[in-house]
Amino acid sequence: MALANASLDGGFQDAVFESQAVFRGLMDAMSRPGTIQTLETPAKAPGALSAAQSAILLCLADPDTSVWLSPSLYAQDALGWISFHSGAPVTHSMSNANFAFLGLGEALPDFLGFANGTQEYPDRSTTIIIELPALTGGQALVAAGPGIENEIDMSPSGLPDNFVRRWSANHGLFPRGVDLIFTCGSTVMCLPRSTQLKQREV
Amino acid sequence: MYVAVKGGEAAISNAHRLLADRRRGDRNLPAISVEQIVAQLALSVDRIMAEASLYDKTLAALAMRQARGDMIEAIFILRAYRTTLPRFGYSNPINTGEMLVERRISATYKDLPGGQLLGPTFDYTHRLLDPDLLNDSPVEEPITAETGHEPIMRVADILAGESLIEMEEPGEEETTPGDITREPLEFPLGRDERLQALARGDEGFLLALGYSTQRGYARSHPFAGEIRIGLVDVEVDIPELGFAVSIGKVQITECQMVNQFKGSAKQPPQFTRGYGLVFGQSERKAMAMSLVDRALRASEFGEDITAPAQDEEFVISHSDNVQATGFVEHLKLPHYVDFQAELDLVRRMRAEYEATQTGTATTEHKEAAE
Amino acid sequence: MQTQNALPETPDQTRKRTIEVLAHASLGRLKQFFADLDEQPEFQMMRGPETGLVMIRGRMGGTGSVFNLGEATATRATVRLTTGEIGHGYRLGGDRDAVRLSAVIDALGTRDAFKPKVSRFVEETEATIKSREDKQRAETAATRVNFFTMVRGDD
Repeated sequence: MALANASLDGGFQDAVFESQAVFRGLMDAMSRPGTIQTLETPAKAPGALSAAQSAILLCLADPDTSVWLSPSLYAQDALGWISFHSGAPVTHSMSNANFAFLGLGEALPDFLGFANGTQEYPDRSTTIIIELPALTGGQALVAAGPGIENEIDMSPSGLPDNFVRRWSANHGLFPRGVDLIFTCGSTVMCLPRSTQLKQREV
Repeated sequence: MYVAVKGGEAAISNAHRLLADRRRGDRNLPAISVEQIVAQLALSVDRIMAEASLYDKTLAALAMRQARGDMIEAIFILRAYRTTLPRFGYSNPINTGEMLVERRISATYKDLPGGQLLGPTFDYTHRLLDPDLLNDSPVEEPITAETGHEPIMRVADILAGESLIEMEEPGEEETTPGDITREPLEFPLGRDERLQALARGDEGFLLALGYSTQRGYARSHPFAGEIRIGLVDVEVDIPELGFAVSIGKVQITECQMVNQFKGSAKQPPQFTRGYGLVFGQSERKAMAMSLVDRALRASEFGEDITAPAQDEEFVISHSDNVQATGFVEHLKLPHYVDFQAELDLVRRMRAEYEATQTGTATTEHKEAAE
Repeated sequence: MQTQNALPETPDQTRKRTIEVLAHASLGRLKQFFADLDEQPEFQMMRGPETGLVMIRGRMGGTGSVFNLGEATATRATVRLTTGEIGHGYRLGGDRDAVRLSAVIDALGTRDAFKPKVSRFVEETEATIKSREDKQRAETAATRVNFFTMVRGDD
């Protein structure tokens, strides 16, 4: 099957500088969990992948890293775009994915279904990039851990009610476990496995 | 123990400038061009490509020029460059049966389909220095002849007819081969990983190991079933097109070694095989590789592991000359603190030794006196 | 490169042949194509030209299981003509100019007005490549050993 025209557009215009800028933004977000960063890039996949998700995919994925797409993101144009601009193989197996992308409004799958790494190689785990309706205005959460001085408030919208419990289970696997990147439009917020989370007490 | 030391900046910068001067040499002579190296020192370029595990004649020649002809330094430079490039993908397995053959010989069959094609070989030269090459004497055009129409058949296929040789067939399900540039080595290795390591292994090391098998350290009764050198297409699946295209040709050398095998409880007597596949025109390396490949298959055939060439961990851990040079050459880096500590230790041990010696001497003296 | 077969080519086969011939053509030859045009086509780069690596794979014993032999440098480019056609160029090595020109020629080959010109160029280039390969084959053939069996013994 030849590539559809739509899959050719929406790559980095200047791959070197744009991927460096996106990487810098992601690094800042990952090293300061709970903060919101904006990824400035014109990159955009056709279909439901958001601008930030598109930029993260182009920046981090390559032919040596596999990508898993949730049902709402899995579409011919997007597959063509991923293959053309990143060369990353798209896998149907969550537990083999280096990166997993979750579309807006989709149920958050069980973290244990993804790669959680091994005790020897905890890095062999999935980074899950989740599109949310907003990075603020949701459940009031308090995060603590490496990269956070004392505590930080965060309130991403659209997370399941039992999210804190599920996250604590993931955190408990440390050094194994998954890392999360929440995205909304072109903004991102990170939740590495080292971060502890609890409900803000009223 | 390592301690950061500062200083020597000016010395280093001047040393590099001196290096650049010595590399250029006598300014009255024209500088050697990369094109000249590719064309006239082709086999050096091939060796750099093979052991750097990167096929690019221009870059290999550049590395060679930069390294002043030091092969391992050039291989190191090219390996380092390789790590800066993204990997676009994987080729379909090259088909050496469809090679545009430049040389093809067999030591096992005189008259084989396609014939014995000597190609541009050093064999049968007298190995006498040729004073004509001191000057730029004109060189004659090669002779051409009518090409035969018969296909240049693989020697292994001839023996396969009698089922007297181990068959090489793809597994029922094509699995993704291991990649030693992506995953750390974990012994025991698969033959796929071993072949990848041997293809980039040091020619001298593999030659010595291959030689050792001939001299009785893991005898494997080898015959050079076939050696072929030539160009093969590199075909890559292009996702945006939905089909595979050949994106160019690479020159490779292939050696099929056939080895007599007495048979085991599981396998009947037959010929087994060692395989060598190397970038460029590199017959010696391909032959050595196939000997070592066969020796390393010892456990597969239930043979006792008695010789260095059969010891996978020994062979593969030491075949990479970039790794080897890194560890050997690191010894020249400052070890001042290490050495001071050792110096202290040796002084102390010496003092203790002398103390006991004097003690013994005194006792002996006493004994003698008695 | 695959040799032509007698059946008429499908569009994919034509495209494959075009891209392969362009991948094997010299830069000088590719430039000649543009020198012969009255008007230079306008295009936009969609990807590249960029140089990377292709891992070359072999088979054990030539026919057995697959293994990774080593990498080769490769360069690729994708263009879109202002008239909308997409073209791709690939080749071993690091020649960015060559893949860019190849991509433009490939794109023109899918545009009706240019089809005959591109197909003629591909045919001529293919013939040049073939004659170079034939020469090499003929040179090798001259080094073929003809054995003479020495008859021994008495009669």
